[in-house]
Formats: sequence, C-alpha cells, structure tokens
Amino acid sequence: MPNFIDRRLNPKDKSLGNRQRFLKRAREELKRTIKERVKSGKIADVDAEQNVSMPARGVNEPAFQPDANSGERRHVLPGNREFAAGDRIPKRGSGGGAGSAGAGTGQSEDEFQFVLSREEVLDLFFEDLELPDMVKLNLKESVTFKRRRAGFSASGSPTNINVGRTMRNSYGRRIALRRPSRREIEALADEIAGLETEPRGRIKHRQRLEELRQKLDSLERRRRRIPYVDPVDIRFNRFEPQPLPNASAVMFCLMDVSASMGEREKDLAKRFFVLLHLFLKRRYERIDIVFIRHTDEAGEVDENTFFYSKQSGGTVVSTALEEMLRVIRERYPAHEWNIYAAQASDGENISGDSERCASLLHDELMGLCQYYAYVEIIDERETEIFGTTDNGTSLWRAYRTVDGEWPNFQMTRIAKPADIYPVFRKLFGKQPEMQLRK
Amino acid sequence: MSKGAASNLLFQSSDWNFETLARTYDAIEEIALDDLGLDVYPNQLEIISSEQMLDAYSSVGMPLMYQHWSFGKRFVFEDHLYRRGRRGLAYELVINSNPCITYLMEENTMAMQALVTAHAAFGHNHFFKNNYLFRQWTDASAILSYMDFAKKYISKCEERHGTPAVEAILDSAHALMEQGVFRYRRPPRLSTEKEQERMRERLEYEEQTFSDLWRTLPPAGENNDPTQLERELSERKKSLNLPEENLLYFLEKTSLILEPWQREILRIVRVIAQYFYPQRQTKVMNEGCATFVHYTIMNTLFDQDKISEGAMLEILQSHTNVVFQPGFDDPRFPGINPYALGFAMMQDIERICVEPTAEDRDWFPEIAGTGLWRETLLDAWANHRDESFILQFLSPALIRKFRLFLLTDEADDNFCEVASIHNERGYETIRGALARSYDIGSSQPDIQVMDVDLLGDRHLRLQHNVKNGVLLEENSRDATLRHVRRLWGYEVSLAGVDMETGETLYECSTEELSD
Repeated sequence: MPNFIDRRLNPKDKSLGNRQRFLKRAREELKRTIKERVKSGKIADVDAEQNVSMPARGVNEPAFQPDANSGERRHVLPGNREFAAGDRIPKRGSGGGAGSAGAGTGQSEDEFQFVLSREEVLDLFFEDLELPDMVKLNLKESVTFKRRRAGFSASGSPTNINVGRTMRNSYGRRIALRRPSRREIEALADEIAGLETEPRGRIKHRQRLEELRQKLDSLERRRRRIPYVDPVDIRFNRFEPQPLPNASAVMFCLMDVSASMGEREKDLAKRFFVLLHLFLKRRYERIDIVFIRHTDEAGEVDENTFFYSKQSGGTVVSTALEEMLRVIRERYPAHEWNIYAAQASDGENISGDSERCASLLHDELMGLCQYYAYVEIIDERETEIFGTTDNGTSLWRAYRTVDGEWPNFQMTRIAKPADIYPVFRKLFGKQPEMQLRK
Repeated sequence: MSKGAASNLLFQSSDWNFETLARTYDAIEEIALDDLGLDVYPNQLEIISSEQMLDAYSSVGMPLMYQHWSFGKRFVFEDHLYRRGRRGLAYELVINSNPCITYLMEENTMAMQALVTAHAAFGHNHFFKNNYLFRQWTDASAILSYMDFAKKYISKCEERHGTPAVEAILDSAHALMEQGVFRYRRPPRLSTEKEQERMRERLEYEEQTFSDLWRTLPPAGENNDPTQLERELSERKKSLNLPEENLLYFLEKTSLILEPWQREILRIVRVIAQYFYPQRQTKVMNEGCATFVHYTIMNTLFDQDKISEGAMLEILQSHTNVVFQPGFDDPRFPGINPYALGFAMMQDIERICVEPTAEDRDWFPEIAGTGLWRETLLDAWANHRDESFILQFLSPALIRKFRLFLLTDEADDNFCEVASIHNERGYETIRGALARSYDIGSSQPDIQVMDVDLLGDRHLRLQHNVKNGVLLEENSRDATLRHVRRLWGYEVSLAGVDMETGETLYECSTEELSD
C-alpha cells in the first residue's frame, strides 16, 4: 500500500513569485520595445493589446553552446526510404536533420510571444510622465474619496458601533426570548424576603416559599443564559468611499484642418493629439476633453470627427480661440476647472489674424488656462532653417510674444513622427517653476 | 460468467477514487515485484492539479526550489503553450528521491492513473534505485532535505544581501551549470545535517577570527629568492588541482572575490547540476525502462482480466502515442524519441532472449535464446547508460526496423553525405555513431580551467578542447565568459584547442569584450 497524498488543495501559485521576478526583469526591455514602436509605428496601435516577443536582452540565459555552423557532425536519423551509402543530399537552409531540429527547439523558448494588455502597454509608455501642474490641488490622482455614511453593517470596528441600533436589536431579542427583567426578579426576591421574616411552621407557607425560590432560581438561570446584549445585536455604522471631484480638468484640443494642412501635417497633429488623448484618458479619469477644429470657421466636434472627418476651407486661427473661449464661458468656469489646451497648426494664418490670436491669448485665454501648448508642424527641410530661431510663420512670431510673457505657455516645432514623442515628454515634463493660480 | 469477470476488474469507470487507486496499485505492485523482479524505493503518490503541474514544470520538476526569474520565464513559456493548446501536460512527474515521489494529474482517467503508476512508480523508480549512475552520483534520500535547505538558505541570503545581489550570483552560476558537474570524479555524498553544521561553523569561524588588523599588515618582503617563489608557485598550482573540468567547483573554492554566502550558492547550483547529470545520460534507458515496465504490467493485468477492454484500448492508444517515432522528413520529427528507441530496444532484447534468429545468435551470443529476458534487462538497467546500452544492445533487426541511416555533415560543405544505411556494412557504424550521440561528454563542449597565476595578474585561463572542429556559438560564449569574470573577479580568457592537432583555433578574453 503506497502513501497517497492529495495535494490538490495546496496553494497553486507556487510560481507566482518567479513570474513576477521575470516580468520585473523583462520590464526595462519591454519598455524599450514599446518606446521604439511608439516612435516609429502607428500611434493608434498603442491603444491596444500588444504582442511582444520575448525580450532577448536581460532575460536570456547564456551557456557555452556548440556552434551549429562549424565542424563536422554525424547524425543518425530514422525513416530512410531511398538513400544508399554515398548519396549526397543538398542542405536545406540551416542544414538538415537533427542539428537544425535541436536548434529550433532551443530558440523557440527565447522567441516566444507575449501578450501585454493595453493597460500594461500604456503603463510602460506613460511611466514617469505627468501632466504639468495638477499641483493646484497637489494631487497625483484627480479622484479622491470621501467616506459617507451608508446604512449599517454587522461587522466593523468598535468605534463605529451604532448604539441606538444595537440596543434596539437587543431589546427586540430580549422581548422575543422573554428574558426576565430586573423588576420581575426583584419583586420575587422581595416576596421571598417577606415570607422568610414571617414565622415558619405552616406547610402551605413553606411550600409557597419553596415554590418561589425555585421560580427565582429558574428566572436567574434564564437571565444568565440570555445576555442583555448579544453579539448578534451589534450593528455598526457603515461607510462607503465616494469619489469626489476635487480636480476637474478639461483639455482643449485645437487643430487646423484647413487645406493648408496637408496629409502629413494632419497626420502628425493627429498623432500628437492621440498621444495626449491617450495620456489624459489614462491618467485622469475625471477629465473632459473638448475637440475644436477650425478652418476659416471653428466648431466643437466629437473625438471621431475631430480626427477622421474631412473639411476644407481657409485658415482663421482666431476662430478656434474664440470658440474655445465660448466653451469655457459656457461649461467650464475657470474657478472650477483646470483648463489645459493644446493647439496644432502648420503656422499658416490669414494675414492680420495672428496678432488677434496673440491678443486673445494675452487678454483672455492665458488668464484662464493652466497651460497652453502650441505645436507647429513644419517641413523636415525647415527644421534646419527654423530649428532654433525665432523666425518663422506669422503665427509663430506672434506666439513668441505670448511665450515670453506667460510661463505657462509652451511652443515647439515638430517635423517627423519620431519628433513627437520627445516633444510630448518635454511639454508634459514636470514644470516646478510654473506659477500657481490660486 | 460475465458477472464473475466484472468483479475481477480493478476498476469499471473512468473516474478514479483513492480506493481504486490503492487497489490498482496493489495489483501492479504484485506483478512488478514478483513477476518482473523490480526493486523499488517506497512510493509516495501525490495527486496534483494542472496548475500545480505547470508549477512543477517550471521549477525543473523539483517539489522544492529556490526562487529565480528564470523559473518564471519557463513558467510563462509553458503556460503560454498550454493555454493556447499547443502542448499538453505530462500525465505524471517522478522525482528521484527516497521515498520516490510521483505526481499524478487529477484530470487523468483511472486507466491513465494505472498506466502512470506502473510507468513512474515502478518503471522509473526501479531505474532510479538500481542504475549505477544514480547509485553513485546522486543521493536519493538526501535530495529533498537538501533542496529544503537550499531554498531556505537562498531566501535567507535574499533577506540579508538583497534580491539583486543573489540573482546576480545565481545568473552567473546558472550560466555555468553545464560546466558544474564532475564527470569522472565522484562527488562527495551530501548530508544536510552535516551541511548545515559545516556552514554554521564556517560562518562562526569567520566571525571569530575577523581582525581588521590583518588588513594593515605590510606586504611580505620582496627579497625572497627566485627558486623559493617558483616552488611556491608550482605548489599552489598543484594545490589548485589543475586542470579542472568543474568550473563551478573551481570558482567556488578558488575565487578570491566571493563571499562565503556566494560560495554556498555556487555550491547549491553545482549540487543540483550534479543531481540531474545522470538523468541526462540515461534518457533512453530511463524512459525505455519505464515504458517497457508499464507495457508489460498493463498487458499482464489485461491477461488476468483485471482491466476491461475499453480501458486497455485507452492505455494502448496513449502508449502508442508515447512511442511514436516519425521519420526524419516528417514535419513532426523532433529527433529520435527516447521512449520509442528505449522501448523498442528492450522489447528487442526480450525477443532475442526468447526467439532469436540466426543473425541475433551471431550478434548476441551471450543472451540469444537463453530465455532469461528478465535477468538480462535487470542487468542492463543496472549497469548501463545510454551510450553503452546502445553500443551493446542495438540489434541489426532494430536498425532495419527504424531504417536508421548515418548522415555526415561538414559545416563548409553544401551537401550532407549518407555514410551508412541499414545494411550489412552499415550496422556497426550506425550503432557506434548513435551510441556516441548519446555521450554527453562528446556532445557538450569540454571546457577546463588550465592555468591561473594567482601571484601575478590572476588571469584565469580556460581551454576549450575542440572535437571535430565544433566551435562555440559566439554570442553566448562571450556572455558566459562575462559571467565567469563576474565570479572570478579578474580577467578570464578562453582558448579553443583542437584535440587532434593541438593547434589553437581561437582565443578570446574578457579584456576585449565590452559589457
């Protein structure tokens, strides 16, 4: 008779620790992979599950291994059908037979694919990025919780005992179980005491006394058995955490979709917003995003239209700013909302309007906004000309004046997809020197 | 009649419970011990779930294992394949320990549990207990308590020195695991009590004798005469016992930069590598033995009417899957299936003993026609490893049955050449070549510590003895060398020397490697 042991109820996740160690180890490598992909690949893809292959660096386990492509080997193989000694067989690709089969199984472990969930991908992507200046309320998360009373519960900490409710339960139970009251017992005791002081002798008297004593005894036993307050009576005040908006933020995305914005420019701008959009959606659950697109007139649109529908016309940038102002006045009063804005444009504007834009920003918007980012999309050849100078389109020049005066105004030029990510980091890096609005 | 037969059955349905398991075990044990004459460790059968099987997979089949990310990597890998349905799980897992632990999967049907019990609890168990490699090189009764010690020790080290430091040492040690076994010398037997005692003493001694003063002593006088120095040098080299094939052992004992706990970790990795060394040399025999045993026992049970036809069919189906050998040009071809080869050879031995042909009488005069197949097999199981077993017992009949052929493959030639096929001229060559391919000594790179100048720059010189011009894969070679340097603390170089010509084929040193 062998020794049978049923291990099925043992804890299952014996490998959990090892698995976590592995993921931690692979993290740096995975992060690098994701960053590369964001830089070169399509940004919309970021917002999805990613099949990443097993990271090679950091988690490979080297050992001295024979090189498959050197020296002389001999393989014994089964299943010969037509070969005779002396036949020469051309090698297929990586060499035939057991050698390649062995190498194949060896590699597969290093090359297998992982699935990272969307959350994990974005976590890797957004690590150590932060929206500037949510410092207004000095909180990382824009959702806080307040505990609110929410009924009663049968468990809780002693400090939360609800005495009224507990006593009510206790009273009901005592009545239901007919727990003798103190008064009842005292009355009985008095009667016994009274009888005891009377002279003894009569049988009836003695019997009565005996009877009363027994009754008292049983009452007292009953009283002991049924406690005054039983654990089942106790009720606690229950509290429920309720989310409280303490940092409502609204993000305005402004984009020029006029004819002067070519496909490339639009594409870059889109990518920039997709990144912002992703970031905001991810880090700040309680954030509103307003999309405003403009040609020679501006309008608030939904996310999908903003990115994907076509419209053509001239370019009057100030219309977008006016629209934004209107939306702020209507729905987002500055004392309740942190207002963030990001504008993407190719810098072209109808003549004379750029000054108006600058003055709109100066006089109205910058006072309302926490932060305003302007991204100008330029030609790759232009990077060399405009890279560092203040010269440029009329809009750029006009905005320079705003830039000088408002520390919460940022402007940058981008020329190719790979530029976006660094710009993104720069724009949304921590800016401790920025002024706080009270 | 039918009622009588039915009551004879060990189990009727495919569901199992502990009662049927025990009943079946007893029936199997009777055949295994009395009929086949097996000699086994006491059995401990443990029922586990599939998740636990995956866990066991990733910790190289040990019930206790220290924590390391590489096991997590293996787990993610196995888990991925399993969840995608690309790979099934083994029905059982058996551990060379005393008592012999066999894991049975709860999902198995009763017929499978019977098969697995015969396969693992008797086949493998007998092999572990009797094969000379296991007897000499592993210590079945000590391994579980040693693993317990190792696990606790390493987690203690992690607490004390931090996980990254411990992981770094383990990484390096794992890289050298292949080079961490004694191939020719017998390692000392372990005993955990002694082990712990030794460790405690070592630490205590170090704490007691620690004196900061030693550090401040001026270096010894330079004016020793040269003959004295030379003599010291040669004595030191002699005391290092060079050349040394066990790199981990050498580093553990000789490295100047390792702390005591780091040496202990190297030792743990080395002990585990040594523990698995015999298993790697006896894959064909071990699986062949277990398969032969389960096949024989199950057939006997069926003949005794103890297993229903339905159950027997299920068993046979599973058995045929296990011993399936696709041809070399089949897309499923993974190499020679050790189950298939081992089982076929053992069946072949039975055939030769019982009903030999004239050819068998020529090739195997000692055993042909003796009828003593049980004794022959028991003897083979006890005294051979794969290489010698194949060299001794692979018959021409079997070579024909598998249609084996020998292919020579030279790296700089665009053609492979068929050197031999299953004919009169080819048998010997094929048998020899197949046997050699199971010799770990020839398939694993042979790397030895040749020299180290402890008094000079402490440069560690390793030598790779190149056989048949097979070099090392360069990336992994360089990465492994970096690990050696991490453990050694000073520069390390590796020279590849051709075994036949003595010519140096390549040389590389950690000085040239960037990190």
